[in-house]
Amino acid sequence: MFEIAPRKEPSRLMVWLTPALAVGLTLLAGMALFAALGKDPVETIRVIFVQPFLDPFSRTELLVKGAPLVLIAIGLAIGFRAGVWNIGAEGQFVIGAIAGGGVALAFYDTSGFWLLPLMTLAGALGGAAWAMIPAFLKIKFNANEILVSLMLVYVAIFWLSALVSGPLRDPDGFNFPESRIFHDSATLPIIIDGSRAHIGVLVALGAVVAAYVLMERHIFGYQVKLFGQAPRAASFGGFSRNMLIAACLGLSGALAGVAGTFEAAGPVGQLVPALPVGYGFTAIIVAFLGRLHPIGILFSGSVMALTYIGGEAAQIAMNLPAAAINVFQGMLLFFLLGMDLLVNYRVGWKQRAA
Amino acid sequence: MSVNERNDGALFEAEGLLKSFPGVRAVDDVSFAIAEGEIHALLGENGAGKSTLVKMIYGVLRPDEGVMRMRGAAFAPSSPGKARAAGVGMVFQHFSLFEALTVAENVALGMNDAPRTRVLNQRIKEVSEAYGLPLDPNRIVGDLSVGERQRIEIVRSLLQNPKLLIMDEPTSVLTPQEVETLFGTLRKLAAEGVSILYISHKLDEIRSLCSRATILRGGKLSGDCDPRQETARSLAEMMIGRSLADPKPADWRPGEKRLSVEDLSVRSADPFGVHLKNIKFDLHAGDILGVGGVAGNGQEELLNVLSGETRTAPGAIRLNDRMIGAVGPDARRAYGLCAAPEERLGHAAAPDMSLTENAVLTARRRAGLARSGFVRYGAAANFARAIVERFGVKTAGVGHAAKSLSGGNLQKFVVGREIIQKPDVFIVSQPTWGVDAGAAEVIRDAIRDLARGGAAVVVISQDLDELMEISTLFSVISEGSLSFPVPTGSVTIEQIGVMMGAGGSGSEVEFHV
Repeated sequence: MFEIAPRKEPSRLMVWLTPALAVGLTLLAGMALFAALGKDPVETIRVIFVQPFLDPFSRTELLVKGAPLVLIAIGLAIGFRAGVWNIGAEGQFVIGAIAGGGVALAFYDTSGFWLLPLMTLAGALGGAAWAMIPAFLKIKFNANEILVSLMLVYVAIFWLSALVSGPLRDPDGFNFPESRIFHDSATLPIIIDGSRAHIGVLVALGAVVAAYVLMERHIFGYQVKLFGQAPRAASFGGFSRNMLIAACLGLSGALAGVAGTFEAAGPVGQLVPALPVGYGFTAIIVAFLGRLHPIGILFSGSVMALTYIGGEAAQIAMNLPAAAINVFQGMLLFFLLGMDLLVNYRVGWKQRAA
Repeated sequence: MSVNERNDGALFEAEGLLKSFPGVRAVDDVSFAIAEGEIHALLGENGAGKSTLVKMIYGVLRPDEGVMRMRGAAFAPSSPGKARAAGVGMVFQHFSLFEALTVAENVALGMNDAPRTRVLNQRIKEVSEAYGLPLDPNRIVGDLSVGERQRIEIVRSLLQNPKLLIMDEPTSVLTPQEVETLFGTLRKLAAEGVSILYISHKLDEIRSLCSRATILRGGKLSGDCDPRQETARSLAEMMIGRSLADPKPADWRPGEKRLSVEDLSVRSADPFGVHLKNIKFDLHAGDILGVGGVAGNGQEELLNVLSGETRTAPGAIRLNDRMIGAVGPDARRAYGLCAAPEERLGHAAAPDMSLTENAVLTARRRAGLARSGFVRYGAAANFARAIVERFGVKTAGVGHAAKSLSGGNLQKFVVGREIIQKPDVFIVSQPTWGVDAGAAEVIRDAIRDLARGGAAVVVISQDLDELMEISTLFSVISEGSLSFPVPTGSVTIEQIGVMMGAGGSGSEVEFHV
């Protein structure tokens, strides 16, 4: 019979090495997958991981994809450390985009430096409000936040479709379900000329620093760790579980909402039904791959952005199906969690007691 | 010293046992032997290596060096199952029972090959009657007292016909009467040739029960004697290697009113919990209220409602005449009430957090360890170091995780953390449980000093001797009711034992003051 026994003290080195090993194993398994699809495995890996660095535009695209991933993953990681499982960042991302984009459309043709901050605030509030639904249901009825937040993703996506097909539809858009294209003062400034890399990249970096300080120095970070490790000790310490649930969901919802606003006001430039492309779900992988640590998330977000850009390149150059790239990204989390089990537990054969 | 010369034909022998963990040699070259039918005491401070030694005998750990023999044959169990098969049984200090299952189901779960239910029920009845351990196989464990639960563990071991029975601190949760019953059982077993390895801190018990004692200090064998020939004091000195100071009598002069509890009733949310009923008492500066009682009669619920984890009506609890019943632990600490719950790991302290971080848990307000929302980790480390120093906590440093400390050392830390904050009211549960004699004295002295300095203290404990020693007032909790506190000197241990076992009528038992 298999036996899985906890290790006394998992090696610190291995805890940080596992993400690298998981990436390595994903490469190997990915190559097997691509070979099975009849593609040249080495060439496919090269296209995914090397090609994006060779082209200047692709390099800046890494920032465009990485920023929302990092922004969302930072918020999710704080909740995960506390044992609050917000799986619905994709929905909060969409509601944030609707709220921020709504402000942009309401002030269409108005210019002013205040417009972008106002949109960002609206996006944050929208995302946080959406996340308050699972928070309220968990606090009040002990409803599982994983299910509630996940189901609300689909509600949010339908809201977006309904709004861009109705009230927010572009009056001159030939009935296409799209909003107007945001005007200039409602569009994020570009930080690198000739690219789509917008100011949201800097906001994401700022969020990394802020989250680091919050987690390592602030009493809130202390509470988060305490609730994650020893809920009864936290309650004895005088911290409120309900406040923490609301704060974690609210914070991760707000960051996802900001990411949604930035996506609409940045690379996309309008509200369209195809706005959500899975950042909210991929950010879950990013958070775990980064060990739920802000600095780690900065790296894992970059790696994940690479699989997006490289994956698109592979779809074009190698004629690879999009699903193969999704599987490839999913394998990363699979291997990471598998490796984590081996780091924290010893697996062996247990002889049946006679 | 040669083991073989002294104990020819011993049932169990250990020679040169050695077990190291990273950074510490837990058991260092220990040899001893247990004769057939002998009740053999294993004595030692916390961290002296008793648990490690016993775990090696029971097959939980394997020795790095040294050999063990059962009846002269090599004995190296690789698992508890193997140890049981070789005739070693063990009754743990903390029971591993499922509260929602019946006695028989629990017994079956712990056996290597359990017989069919009807056969098992019959055997449980036989064994329990033969050894004076009345037990109904069909009762749900959640409804049983701690003493009855212990009987399940003992019966489970006896069903497998052990040659050597290991008992880890068996009396720490029993009433005096239950202790006598247990001793009768153990003596009967010994008379039938079963050897018993008896681990306890209670030196008087060892002297009345055991015919041989092995004493450990710092992982090494420090003594080997016939406890009947020793005094409790000489045994304790052998155990800790220095002379004990006599306990100082409390200088009891009640001052102003500190804590006032009135009409306190709380329904427990836990299906196996105890509802507190109409609790009422007043404590003045200098009072130490000892709350005795059999475990599971509302002690945990009482501590939680006093510490603030459970809220109640505002006026039910008053601290320095301020209504605090409805506020949480943080506010109560700010007003001057600190508490130390019984369960150290997971409740009083977060296991994976460092001592520094655990200092922040309860002292951030009173010791100023947080400023404008930010934790002052430097100040917290100094605070943790001050606790370690004053209470003699053995640790490699305050940056180490709480779970890396031995039980007694962690206990010193969590009790010290509250005392050092100089609260006006201090609530503590089992202050010296699992703590060795030397450290227990340090903790009791600190509690007395705190009271002498003008605080009121509530000590909830199962250790009656301890309550008799340190408390000025005494009461008993039974099925959620607290008897009216009386001066400690006015009751005898025997009277208290009767009250504890009374069940439900605890508050009505009359004292002969």
